[in-house]
Amino acid sequence: MIPEIGTFALILSLLLAITQAVLPLVGAQRGNLTWMAVARPAAFGQFTFTLIAYLCLVYAFLTNDFTVINVASNSYSNLPAFYRITATWGSHEGSLLFWSLILAVWTIAVAIFSRTLPEDMVARVLGVMGLISVGFLSLLLITSSPFLRQFPGPVEGSDLNPLLQDWGMIIHPPMLYMGYVGFAVAFSFAVAALLSGRLDAAWARWSRPWATVAWAFLTLGVVLGSWWAYRELGWGGWWFWDPVENASFMPWLAGTALIHSLAVAEKRGAFKAWTVLLALMTFSLSLLGTFLVRSGVLSSVHAFAVDPQRGAYILGFMMLVVGGSLALFAWRAPRMIAGGAFTWFSRESMLLANNVVLVASVAAVLLGTLYPLFIDALGMGKLSVGPPYFNAVFVPLITPALFLMGVGPLMRWKGDSVPDVLKRLKWALGVAMATGLLLPLTLEGYKPWAVLGLGLSSWIALTVVIAFRERAKTVGQLSNLPRAFWGMHMAHLGLAIGVAGITMVSNYQQEVDVRMNVGDQAQIAGHTLTFMGTENYSGPNYEGTRGTVVVSKDGTEQFRLYPAKRVYNRSGSVMTEAAVRPSLSSDLYVSLGEPLNTELTTWAVRLYYKPFINWLWIGALFMVVGGFLAASDRRYRIGAKARAPAGPAAQGA
Amino acid sequence: MKRWLPLVFFFVLVGFFAKGLFLNPREVPSPFIGKAAPLFSLPVVGDAQKAFSPTDMKGQVWMLNVWAPWCVSCKVEHKLLMALAESRTAPPIVGLNWKDKTREAEQLLVRTGNPYVAVPDDLSGRVGIDWGVTGTPETYVIDREGIVRLKHVGPIDMDIWQTKFVPKLKELGA
Repeated sequence: MIPEIGTFALILSLLLAITQAVLPLVGAQRGNLTWMAVARPAAFGQFTFTLIAYLCLVYAFLTNDFTVINVASNSYSNLPAFYRITATWGSHEGSLLFWSLILAVWTIAVAIFSRTLPEDMVARVLGVMGLISVGFLSLLLITSSPFLRQFPGPVEGSDLNPLLQDWGMIIHPPMLYMGYVGFAVAFSFAVAALLSGRLDAAWARWSRPWATVAWAFLTLGVVLGSWWAYRELGWGGWWFWDPVENASFMPWLAGTALIHSLAVAEKRGAFKAWTVLLALMTFSLSLLGTFLVRSGVLSSVHAFAVDPQRGAYILGFMMLVVGGSLALFAWRAPRMIAGGAFTWFSRESMLLANNVVLVASVAAVLLGTLYPLFIDALGMGKLSVGPPYFNAVFVPLITPALFLMGVGPLMRWKGDSVPDVLKRLKWALGVAMATGLLLPLTLEGYKPWAVLGLGLSSWIALTVVIAFRERAKTVGQLSNLPRAFWGMHMAHLGLAIGVAGITMVSNYQQEVDVRMNVGDQAQIAGHTLTFMGTENYSGPNYEGTRGTVVVSKDGTEQFRLYPAKRVYNRSGSVMTEAAVRPSLSSDLYVSLGEPLNTELTTWAVRLYYKPFINWLWIGALFMVVGGFLAASDRRYRIGAKARAPAGPAAQGA
Repeated sequence: MKRWLPLVFFFVLVGFFAKGLFLNPREVPSPFIGKAAPLFSLPVVGDAQKAFSPTDMKGQVWMLNVWAPWCVSCKVEHKLLMALAESRTAPPIVGLNWKDKTREAEQLLVRTGNPYVAVPDDLSGRVGIDWGVTGTPETYVIDREGIVRLKHVGPIDMDIWQTKFVPKLKELGA
């Protein structure tokens, strides 16, 4: 009964989405205020019914209703309750429903926080979001309903994929989706601006906080995915350049370019066409990510069920949304007037360089990700593109961007003088070069990549310090600085921290594969690890074997690690649960391999020493907090109110 | 003209995606095609005293179907295998029971029917490694001389059976 209510709620939601799309868009074009006013109530209605549908699915999972096919194939009666909730987005169908729900959340957020915007703008933005929603809800109802039944239902479900039974997986998809779908707002603003022909500084000001918030969520989502892979896959890697990772990384790169070029569009009125194109591109890349994961076009560790029908539907939908918006762009582009002029040495030119580098990186990642598909489709064989390509292409591309990141925020708009900037930055340059050259001397092995990475990282950090010193002469003045200023510099500092972490872990990590008998010892990075043997234990839906490893330094015991292996009862799949001892300066990571004798006293054990890996996650958190801070700057709250009435009046409707 | 470039670029991509939908990225050319089938000897599900080895099949064309009770797409494929076995339109099928840690294969075959002439039990998955198995289900065709002639990754449906297997089997004179 409840799942049928879910289907019914989805149908109502689709009808409301159609209403939300059609009436306000037509109304805005004709200047019909009554039709435009439909947008908000329709958005609230759509959210309500999508939420009801989602709760029905949650209910089916919580009550172990195995007559619902989706529950039977992704749950299990012994699965702990919170994993039964997260299992709702563990499958193709469930994650699409979740996607729709998050789109509805963003839609009502726009409906609520757009009181100060002109009515026709709101109508168009909500209308475009309604169109996107129509696409996803109909995909759900036509090809991928999570509420399909089977009679008689099986006695037991086949369990959630054990890889997803980790608490990193509980928060990673919602954050990632908040990011992906959040860019739908910036996309809708861009399309609305193209439709109305009103591409001005106000447009950039309205869409900027939305893009920044979406970017912050996406950053969090990407990094949680990386953190999950690090802990859960059991071999200490944190980025694999897997197609699906790239699918989340490309919108991130494009979104980063977008939030920077929006700054120019807002402050200087320049780069407007380019900014619109970036807004379209960022969301298109999010859709592309969805398509790549769902359609089975590329082989990946993340791939969901391979189903050409669903793939064809998503591809058709993508053609409408992306093709339609790009056609609109091409048609309207001549209307966009170029903004303020600037010289080659100005903040604008630095941001332009940033955009060029980021978009080139997107292109490089896109090429590497799709290359196997191109070759296969052209009948030229099978191949895969791996980390060597991505590292070789990505590192040289991003290096100049990291350098310019230190200069850009300190430069004036329009134009600045070279000697002047040099004077302000010379000690930072000197200290950064010294740090890069000297710091690796204290480490094991002097490596050129470490010189470059540590030099760039300290360069960015030092320029952030300069920026604060120039703006605040006393400590008291710090609190007067706008949140946008704090946010930007926190995010930049976060990247500096992250770059330091990546440099350290990629250049100085240590890895030891050993065969360990009970009582055997192994050495890694000054630690002595003693294997104490294994014992069996039981979880709610698995049987496990847990090893005990005593870690000592200079003869005294420091702590114990418990790497484990689990065999999940239902699927029989074996999972490695690595034991990690994190600290600010390094992680000690132990993972249990295969038993090497039948008495289970000898095991293959992998030991990793990961210096400064936590800086990666900490740096990313700085970026996330920075993003939220910048988006909450008071000029978006008060400025919008003061300026909005002038907007439509000046346009003369 | 410049402003149409993003759209043109996008449509080129769409063309590749549309083509890609009908390709199988997991279908990797097997290095075993044209080579002798890797040998093994494994106990048979349902009768641990008996062992199965590819040499038992020498002199006839046969198929090795890699499956597991926990594999969902194998259940879909199972229906077709049953139909093929009952109508005797396929050569003998050997079902390699791959990594069946929960020991369900025997009951499952009793309950849903057994299309296989023998079900060797590859509990550790070692034989799977020798054969280059990347996942379940996978199906190999082996000729009278014990040479691997065809490999298919993923479940077989009627369409794949007709277009991929039937011509190959005819060619081998099965």
